[in-house]
Amino acid sequence: MPLPADPNPKFADYAHPERLVSTEWLAENLGTPGLVVLESNEDILLYETGHIPGSRKIDWHTDLNDADTRDFVDGSAFAKLMGEKGVSRESTVVIYGDKSNWWAAYALWVFTLFGHEDVRLLDGGRDKWIAEGREMTTDKPVVTATDYPVVERRDEPVRAYLPDVLAHLGNGPLIDVRSPAEYTGERTHMPDYVDEGAMKGGHIPTAVSVPWGKAAAEDGTFRSRSELDSLYGGEAGLKTGDDVVAYCRIGERSSHTWFVLKHLLGFESVRNYDGSWTEWGNAVRVPIVRGSEPGAAPAKR
Amino acid sequence: MSTTSPSAAVPAQLQEIVDDFQAMTEPERLELLLEFSRSLPDLPARLADHPELLEQVVECQSPLFLTVEVGSSQDQPVELFFSAPPEAPTTRGFAGVLHEGLNGLPAAEILAVPADVPDRLGLTRAITPLRMRGMSAMLGRIKRKVAEQVPAGTLTAATGSGN
Repeated sequence: MPLPADPNPKFADYAHPERLVSTEWLAENLGTPGLVVLESNEDILLYETGHIPGSRKIDWHTDLNDADTRDFVDGSAFAKLMGEKGVSRESTVVIYGDKSNWWAAYALWVFTLFGHEDVRLLDGGRDKWIAEGREMTTDKPVVTATDYPVVERRDEPVRAYLPDVLAHLGNGPLIDVRSPAEYTGERTHMPDYVDEGAMKGGHIPTAVSVPWGKAAAEDGTFRSRSELDSLYGGEAGLKTGDDVVAYCRIGERSSHTWFVLKHLLGFESVRNYDGSWTEWGNAVRVPIVRGSEPGAAPAKR
Repeated sequence: MSTTSPSAAVPAQLQEIVDDFQAMTEPERLELLLEFSRSLPDLPARLADHPELLEQVVECQSPLFLTVEVGSSQDQPVELFFSAPPEAPTTRGFAGVLHEGLNGLPAAEILAVPADVPDRLGLTRAITPLRMRGMSAMLGRIKRKVAEQVPAGTLTAATGSGN
């Protein structure tokens, strides 16, 4: 049985309020049977320095990515992971993490590939919980292993591959969520981060630039419905019913934007192109636009 | 590639850490890195009050600042200083390994440390090659700053093969 949604009035304005919980809600519901809290961070050691009591760690790299292929884990590996974390198919899963839930959103998106029904984000993530002085612990949680079914991953509805993006050009909007300098091609990686290796700089033709962080307020919570509407509807020009593809550098920042578009604004068809710039910027003969203008879709070949 | 000659240039106190990591399973290695993140010494007040005296290593995923001081005695001992926030334990852990492995050594020994030592900790699979580059960048920056401070022609012979 899923836990009831957080009745927080801020969330009521979103298309799917049940996808978010507040820190207050989580504090009140910790320990409720059926609830599993997962922490997903960029830094693999951060969980060990202190986490929400009872929460379990999930690592984007070692747990969710396939060890050999550039892909996500398959159904049996996901089932094994869920079993170890004490998640059952009916669990209400709340994910939180560092950096405005950037990696938490990534984990949530991977859960979506496996069709896990009830998966939510903690609004404001780890930083907000700490800022409010709520309880943290370094105790290892006591986890009762569960039997999670092997579910075949279903990528098509929420994941775009390179050929999908090529076919999408001129047919629907693309959102580039990287930093402005990455968008223009001035640089191929994030400021202050190492270059993950892209041969070419710039963006995919027609993509509009909406850096992912614009969707987050200073305290890491999601901006209000009206702010998000004007950001993605007004500035970026998205319209109801659009089929949207978002991308970044390796697909993590765009998971955050995917969550906003899919669950907070209610776009039915939103896909994350996780190959993103580390694939596109290295691919042979794909069209690239440099500079601050989105550019036109190439003529059909 | 020879397996003996590169390690000949690894100072004993750093080699000991490498051996500790190598003897462990992956989860234990992560635990050990966490311990190093906790044991990283705070900056002395004279540096803590003057962050502009430290340089940022931008290749690290989280803010990491460091500086080095080369002593004036004959073997030119090097003191290392690092600053990284507690919410960046992996970066702090790398700094802790380098501090414990290199602090106090003669400049010549530090300059002779092979650039691939970070890869020998056995953390690459768990932490990703990308993150490991942050540690390599730290080592590179340490060596560059040491070289800048050592007056030309004064370097005493290194125990290793030099760089």
